[in-house]
Amino acid sequence: MPELKGWKEVPIGGIIDKPATAKEYKTGTWRVIRPVHQIENCIHCMMCWLYCPDQAIVIEIVDGKPKMKGYNYDYCKGCGLCANVCPKTNDKLPVDKRAIIMKPETEFQE
Amino acid sequence: MPEVKNRQAVTGAQAVANAMRQINPDVVAAYPITPQTPIVEYFAQYVADGLADTEMIPVESEHSAMSAVVGAAASGARAMTATAANGLALMHEIVYIAASLRLPIVMPVANRALSGPINIHCDHSDAMAERDSGWIQLWAENAQEAYDFTLMAIKIGEHEDVRLPVMVNLDGFIISHGVEVVDFIDDEAAKKFVGKPIVKYPLLDLNNPVTYGPLDLYDYYFEHKRQQIEAMKHVKHVFKQVAKEFEKISGRKYDIIEKYKTDDAEYIMIALGSTAGTIKYTVDLLREEGHKVGLVKPWVFRPFPKEELQEILNGRKAVIVLDRAASFGAEAPLYEAVKSALYEAAVRPQIGSYVYGLGGRDIKVEDIRKAFEDAFEGNLIADEERYLGLRE
Ligand code: SF4
Ligand code: SF4
Repeated sequence: MPELKGWKEVPIGGIIDKPATAKEYKTGTWRVIRPVHQIENCIHCMMCWLYCPDQAIVIEIVDGKPKMKGYNYDYCKGCGLCANVCPKTNDKLPVDKRAIIMKPETEFQE
Repeated sequence: MPEVKNRQAVTGAQAVANAMRQINPDVVAAYPITPQTPIVEYFAQYVADGLADTEMIPVESEHSAMSAVVGAAASGARAMTATAANGLALMHEIVYIAASLRLPIVMPVANRALSGPINIHCDHSDAMAERDSGWIQLWAENAQEAYDFTLMAIKIGEHEDVRLPVMVNLDGFIISHGVEVVDFIDDEAAKKFVGKPIVKYPLLDLNNPVTYGPLDLYDYYFEHKRQQIEAMKHVKHVFKQVAKEFEKISGRKYDIIEKYKTDDAEYIMIALGSTAGTIKYTVDLLREEGHKVGLVKPWVFRPFPKEELQEILNGRKAVIVLDRAASFGAEAPLYEAVKSALYEAAVRPQIGSYVYGLGGRDIKVEDIRKAFEDAFEGNLIADEERYLGLRE
């Protein structure tokens, strides 16, 4: 989170007076479950990238093709949509065969 | 005092519509509702006759009317609408949004009772339901004041220190449909007075793009509300400044509250709107009989004139508050606010609450005299609500 400003500093009426401020809004603080990428099972189909409402899927272009690289946890709010649409993730697959597994955020806290 | 060139006998609705013609707003969205209807009818006629080049938006409900003016005002247009009663209630959600987005919309309200049972006549329950919405509330006693306030409201709301919407309250039927003599300001002088719209953060300024109405959670919502509280605090000095400018072109003097024969008054009555006229008449009668009585009429109800009332009511024998609205399970709205203002008064007067005129019930000189007489006899009870003109 950027440092929060006082009431005398922000524009009136909640008006946003510059573009792309959503970047400063880290929806990752909302997360209670965390998607974890198991790259060995991923077929790089880009379904997760397409559906993620927070553009939290990190990709890289390798030889002209997109590769799923993992997550930007600053923005991933843990909605689970990526796991839901992933063709390599479903209830019938054993956990170690899935491309995405959802884990409680508490497991990652120090 | 400037020479009166334009004196006409008109209804309050016509007076307000004429102010709107002189303002010539960019956008007026309207849904007709009794007793506001003639305001937008007269105005629509002005537009049809080419006397105003306003974009009229006839909408299918008041919720849409307020939404349309919110959109127009956000885009940088000077936008107005008018309403009453259930129409105002239907707008409620967007009424808050207009204030929260800091859009200086001006809206005459022809005050009317809220249903049910169904009633189309005057009381103040509609405006009182919006008293905490963040709108400035001006209250007119007659058609002249309704006209004057409509012009003044534009400048108050748009002022840099304020940026808030303004409700101009005029009693339904009594003012909106009653015919009175009104002194109009010359078109040129009125246009010059209201000036060009002062816009802030217009959506249509493509070089400086802005977003209106984004998510504003616990991280900033509170700060934005604090800004609204601050803006309300500025209203009084802006009102006085605008009133001074207005006096120059009209000869008519306005303040936060009107004081009628209060200088030596021991008993002061307080009321909003048209009933103040009947009270003035009664005050004159009682004065002839030797009673030291007076009237205080808040011209501005939001922000509430707390300091002004503290100052004027301190040390008086008694204060009688008349409300044209009830608050079920609590004290009537004007009474509650006056009583709370007096908490810190050095010499607290006796105080009494009278609810009258609900649903358009007549208020008579005898009723007002009765309330004053209770005060003369020392028979006011601060925690007791009494009723004028109610059949027992
Ligand atoms: S859990 Fe939701 S927000 Fe996070 S990466 Fe998946 S789709 Fe995006
Ligand atoms: S949807 Fe699943 S398989 Fe497809 S790229 Fe994302 S993680 Fe890999």
